[in-house]
Amino acid sequence: MLAWTIYLSFAGALIEALLPKGKAGLARWFALSIAVLGLLHAVGGFVQGIGQGRNIIVDVPWVPSMGIHFLLAADGISRVLVLLTGLAAVAGILFSWNVEHRTNEFFAFYLALIGGVYGVFLSFDLFLLFVFYEIAIVPKYFLIAIWGSTRREYGAMKLALYSFVGSAMVLIGLLAAYSTAGSHSTSLIDLAHAGLPVSFQMWCFPLVFIGFAILAGMWPFHTWAPTGHVAAPTAASMLLAGVVMKLGAYGCLRVGMGLFPHGLDAWGWTFLGIGSWRDVFALLAVIGIVYGALVALAQTDFKFVIGYSSVSHMGFVLLGLMTLNQIGVTGAVLQMFSHGIIAGLLFAIVGRVVYDRTHTRQFAELEPMHLARRLPFAAWAFVIAGMASMGLPGFSGFVAELQVLIGAWIAKPWWTVAAGIGIVIGVAYTWRALQKAFFGDRLPTAEEHPKAGWPDLGAITWPEITGVALLTLTSLAVGLYPRILLDTIEPAVKALLAGGGQ
Amino acid sequence: MNYVDLFRVTLPETVLEIAALLVLVVDLGVVRKAALQMRLAVAAIVGIAGCGVAIWSLSVQGSTGLSYGAGNNLTLLGVGGYIAAAQVGILVLTALTLLLLTGAVFTRNAGEYVAIVLMAAAGGLIIAAAQDLLVIFIGLELLSLGLYVLTAFAKASAKSAEAAMKYYLFGGMSAAFLLFGFSYLYGLTGSTNLHQILLQLHNGDLYQATPLLDVSVVLIVTGLGFKVAAVPFHLWAPDTYEGAPAPAAAFIASVSKVASFALLIGIATAAVHVFDIPGNTAANGQQLHLGFGGPWMVLLVTLSTASMVLGNLAALAQISVRRLLAYSAIAHAGYILTAVAFFSYSPLSTNAILYYILTYGLTTVGAFGVISVVERATGSDRLDAFLGLHKRNPLLAAVLLVLFLSLAGIPPLVGFWAKFNLFAAVLSVSAGVVPFTLVALAVAMSAVSLYYYLQVLKRAYVMPAVDDTPIKVHPVTLIVLVAIAAAVVLLGCFPAALQNWIAGF
Repeated sequence: MLAWTIYLSFAGALIEALLPKGKAGLARWFALSIAVLGLLHAVGGFVQGIGQGRNIIVDVPWVPSMGIHFLLAADGISRVLVLLTGLAAVAGILFSWNVEHRTNEFFAFYLALIGGVYGVFLSFDLFLLFVFYEIAIVPKYFLIAIWGSTRREYGAMKLALYSFVGSAMVLIGLLAAYSTAGSHSTSLIDLAHAGLPVSFQMWCFPLVFIGFAILAGMWPFHTWAPTGHVAAPTAASMLLAGVVMKLGAYGCLRVGMGLFPHGLDAWGWTFLGIGSWRDVFALLAVIGIVYGALVALAQTDFKFVIGYSSVSHMGFVLLGLMTLNQIGVTGAVLQMFSHGIIAGLLFAIVGRVVYDRTHTRQFAELEPMHLARRLPFAAWAFVIAGMASMGLPGFSGFVAELQVLIGAWIAKPWWTVAAGIGIVIGVAYTWRALQKAFFGDRLPTAEEHPKAGWPDLGAITWPEITGVALLTLTSLAVGLYPRILLDTIEPAVKALLAGGGQ
Repeated sequence: MNYVDLFRVTLPETVLEIAALLVLVVDLGVVRKAALQMRLAVAAIVGIAGCGVAIWSLSVQGSTGLSYGAGNNLTLLGVGGYIAAAQVGILVLTALTLLLLTGAVFTRNAGEYVAIVLMAAAGGLIIAAAQDLLVIFIGLELLSLGLYVLTAFAKASAKSAEAAMKYYLFGGMSAAFLLFGFSYLYGLTGSTNLHQILLQLHNGDLYQATPLLDVSVVLIVTGLGFKVAAVPFHLWAPDTYEGAPAPAAAFIASVSKVASFALLIGIATAAVHVFDIPGNTAANGQQLHLGFGGPWMVLLVTLSTASMVLGNLAALAQISVRRLLAYSAIAHAGYILTAVAFFSYSPLSTNAILYYILTYGLTTVGAFGVISVVERATGSDRLDAFLGLHKRNPLLAAVLLVLFLSLAGIPPLVGFWAKFNLFAAVLSVSAGVVPFTLVALAVAMSAVSLYYYLQVLKRAYVMPAVDDTPIKVHPVTLIVLVAIAAAVVLLGCFPAALQNWIAGF
């Protein structure tokens, strides 16, 4: 059932590309129906998989001479992330309902990207996973470069090159692991059981981990994220923050930690208290949390605030992974889901609801507009999304970050302290953005006041309401009843941590 | 050896030569008075038919090569195996470049052009099969002379003449180097047969004894490095790619590359079969690896590193798409040379290299096809000539997208699979520090290459068009280009198909 998410998306992308030009409505409705169908399959697969461990969905020899299989499988982690992708895909299309320029091409690239993301989450063959991972790069480039805004060509090229460099590192690790394991199979399960030598894991782990972590926005390789997010059209920034960064984190977990568990072992010597790759990456994650939050605090562009907040929140995911205990890693996976939903919502409000109407994202220009009065829907939606993003109880972010912090406390208390500071700053920058963008009380000066009066901002359309409702309710549902996802994630994480991999 | 054998083994070459003569007769006799496009079409059809018959004739060639000497143990020309696969590749690519002739206006001498293409292709077939220094040299010259003429074929264009002159001077020089190297090799071993030479070197431990061997290997690598456009013997490539008429450039970029790498495979195969037989060790007990281990491998590794780095970096700065393709070709040659340097006894490396070069050739022919169309419409091959291509001709832009992404090595296109296959082959031969570093460098350099391929695609898809007028494409050209793009996608989705086809010979 889950496999259809991939096939549907790619078939949809192909058909979109062949649709006649100038029929925007047709292209939209078709894309939406494909995404909804994909979401239904994702939900179906999720429900079916409750209480089950890993199940193989498709296993067909692809290149028999090299032991490469078209192997799709799903465990709890995959199912949750596929569900996230389905939700993000539907929401993204709802928030790009106003794309009029080359509409069918837009949705063709969009669905191709979604298909690649589904594929990564469901691949249990390293080679196949890599193929899907790279398939996702090209549509991202074109989505941003053609339909983006601020410095779009720069942002798009930067993102494409960062992604490609990351995937090059992964490819080197893949080739090395494949040849070290005896060149028989590229299946993740076989490779994890191949007994790769510890010394090999020691250098291959950081290579692959960093390769994936570039896309997860790990400091100091995060710089593509703010520029990319800001340059991207709304739907693309929702996907970038919502699922593409998760691809990186997922790769870190599934491939990096799954294949090279000994890469996290202690080196046997310490320098400034750092004695293993685990310490290194945990430190980088903590720096990312605090740095991202601090930089978000200083931004003058609304979208940059959200962009840097993503770096901060993804730091929690990486920190959770590095705790290596059940609760921390579970929290990391839940945080992937939660951040996917919340960041999607934030980008949707900034990019679609506000920017597409006001044509500015500068706080200085937004302040005199009194958007809380003129766009109450946007203000309220952002209040809710902001609360979710700050990690208030009742939203998914709270459960996820709490688990990560507990896990970090068990592992190393000072990580928790540092990450806690990040949360406090998180409250500050969200509050500041909320205040400046919506509840500013500064009166417009004579020059700022348009001569013909304030332009009509236009009514809130049904796709926006539906999209906001979909994402908010999801975050609330998970926040109020986290077991809905935790019951699926926990056994999978346990198996992954216990099995020395898969 | 007897003449029946000779005729049997050289049947494909003979077919091509006959077809070349036939083209001349038809063009200068039967359709002499017809319009240029008509004559081009007729010439191309005869040429393609010739290629078709030559492919068929490969199947009736038999399975023993052409040999001489006591007990017929000295091979001149091999048949079957990777040779046949490479020859089919050469013939198919030749046919494709002939198809690109439709609508061409660079020459009025349709018959001569096609005849020279066919003769050069015959040279390609010979070097793919050659197992003897003299035959190698003759084949190379036959191929190269054809290429010089083809480069100069746009008689009205000064660039074409300049490119041909440069190509000819470099080529002549490198041929001299090659011949000089061959003569030393003959002097050292008393034989012109590849297998015999390597056997002599192996048994006599000559490669440790005399510096002359090093000199000869350097000279030979110079000659062969020129053919595959490896740095530092690459200087001809950008000028030739830029100046030659598009179909001729496509021929140089694809057919000549396939033939030259087939020759390198031949040399490397002969070397591993003598030196790298499992358990075969040198006098000091060290496991011998690949032929004249020392100089040969060191040189190839150097050339490969330099080509990868310089090719990719220089391509970043190009504003002419043809020159960009030339530098990217240099980079691709660098990747392949890695696999030639670390060559396996099993057919793994052979198959990987063939896979790479055949799919690369196919992609390049397509790329030059697109360039020639754009050039005819805009009069330039600058990056800016591609502005707004997706609006001017969406199908052509889609073809360009597929081909360039494949060259960059993005899955699921065939270029990615070719790279993976090639690097996996290198690492399966040896996972030591040097091969691993080379592979890592190659992968890193492919990341660089994405930038310049995207520069072209950016203009085709992203940047606004200056000129919105649709570009008309000759239907035959369009069909060929779409077929090539479809093949690139399909072969990439089902990589085992071509792999099995190559391994099946």
